[in-house]
Amino acid sequence: MPSLGADMDAGTLRAWRRGPGDEVVRGDIIAEVETDKGIVEVEVYASGVVERLLVEPGTKVPVGTPLALIRAASEQTTPRVAIEKPRIATSVRSSTPSARKLARERDLDLSHLRGTGRHGSITRSDVAAIAGSVELAGVHEPAGTRLRASPLARARAAVLGVDLRRVEPTGRQGVVIAADVDRAAKAPTRLSAAEAGTQTGMRKAIAAAMARSKREIPHYYALHTIDMEPALEWLRDRNGERPVQRRLLPAVLFLRAVVLAIRDFPELNAHCDGGRAEPSEAVHLGVAVSLRGGGLVAPAILHAERLNIDQLMSEFQDLVLRARAGQLRASEMSSPTITVTSLGERGVEAVLPVIVPPQVAIVGFGAIQTRPYVVDEKVVARRLVVASLAADHRVSDGHRGGKFLAAIASRLKEPKEP
Amino acid sequence: MSQSVPLRPSDRDGIRRVLIESLSYVAPEADGSSLQPTADIREALDIDSMDFLRYVTKLHALTGIDIPERDYSSVSTLRGAETYLALRLGVT
Repeated sequence: MPSLGADMDAGTLRAWRRGPGDEVVRGDIIAEVETDKGIVEVEVYASGVVERLLVEPGTKVPVGTPLALIRAASEQTTPRVAIEKPRIATSVRSSTPSARKLARERDLDLSHLRGTGRHGSITRSDVAAIAGSVELAGVHEPAGTRLRASPLARARAAVLGVDLRRVEPTGRQGVVIAADVDRAAKAPTRLSAAEAGTQTGMRKAIAAAMARSKREIPHYYALHTIDMEPALEWLRDRNGERPVQRRLLPAVLFLRAVVLAIRDFPELNAHCDGGRAEPSEAVHLGVAVSLRGGGLVAPAILHAERLNIDQLMSEFQDLVLRARAGQLRASEMSSPTITVTSLGERGVEAVLPVIVPPQVAIVGFGAIQTRPYVVDEKVVARRLVVASLAADHRVSDGHRGGKFLAAIASRLKEPKEP
Repeated sequence: MSQSVPLRPSDRDGIRRVLIESLSYVAPEADGSSLQPTADIREALDIDSMDFLRYVTKLHALTGIDIPERDYSSVSTLRGAETYLALRLGVT
């Protein structure tokens, strides 16, 4: 179970995308995991063949728990974690006789299993769970009492706050599909505030990360008003000659300006571990995305420094769509090196954002608003935006932070391709 | 999409169906048919600029009409969008 954020300590395996015998290549999506922040796709970090699945869908396990065994491509014959049947009884963790008997029948290795019995001992039901997961990975899923819903339906339910158990399924073999969730969401039965409060794990995840940030990180703030007229005129001309699919949003100009400006401020593009900042070569640009129905995630556009502005726009669009559909990947959740939060056209004029640990900086943009502004000694109406920076005072200070905002401003004043 | 909305609607009803489908594409939980015809859909459905762009992209896909940025305000209410599309499509 990968850690998908600083404050994640456990996750629920939702579904396997691959099963035993399948070949996987580094980067392939092998499973879907549900965290407090929604459903995340988990990639494999080594190429090889799936030997065995260790966790049954629906099970919540701590971060660090092995989910599956993958035989590396170089290991030709038996897997490194070999099935040594006679040694089961002598493994560190104890197991009950009936558990060992079932394990022998199913040809399963218990030495790497964490039991749920007393003192971590392995019970028969633990073994049955593993045996079950191996079977579940096959084509035919036995019709049990387990709630059956499509991944999209689960994602939709999480976003809309719908209890899947109360949804009437219309899919094949009683599977809840996304349309069923939509129908249930529209139904007049509304959750009470108390029920909704207990239901959103996402609220708890945000609370935990933000409380840690404010507890541990000495924030300082800087604000800078930026004249957006040149950038917006450039954008209007550029979008004017393009079909709707290839138009840019002002928010992408913000992202692009941050990516270009951060080059000269490596200490702000970093992770801080135990007071020591580790600058990152890559700019994995975190983007705060508000979800319909409440909540917030800030996944990363990976290697934003390698993208031109059109690529940045399409990656941004793809990320927001997948965030709202509950289809983010583990690498996107865990890797941002600096985050941008943009309030959008209907937002307020400025935001003082909170750093997402272990990052050391976050840049905010308020809504672009027409305001009086002085140009050449005259007061004129201009479209302005207030850019803000919250940064970790252990790593940088206001002087550097202010220069960083000024660098963002100068990028926005002279927008150009790529 | 599996909807039976024809490309280039030829009457007002067709235009309304295209509008409802485009709105439910960006706001699946929203009931487009209960929207006030003069309400700003960005406010009423709480959609941001990216979702608005997706709505305009969907309208383009369903009608063949590419709506330029300067006309976005014309399609930001149901009634405005219906009038605008009728004009562009030559539907009376």
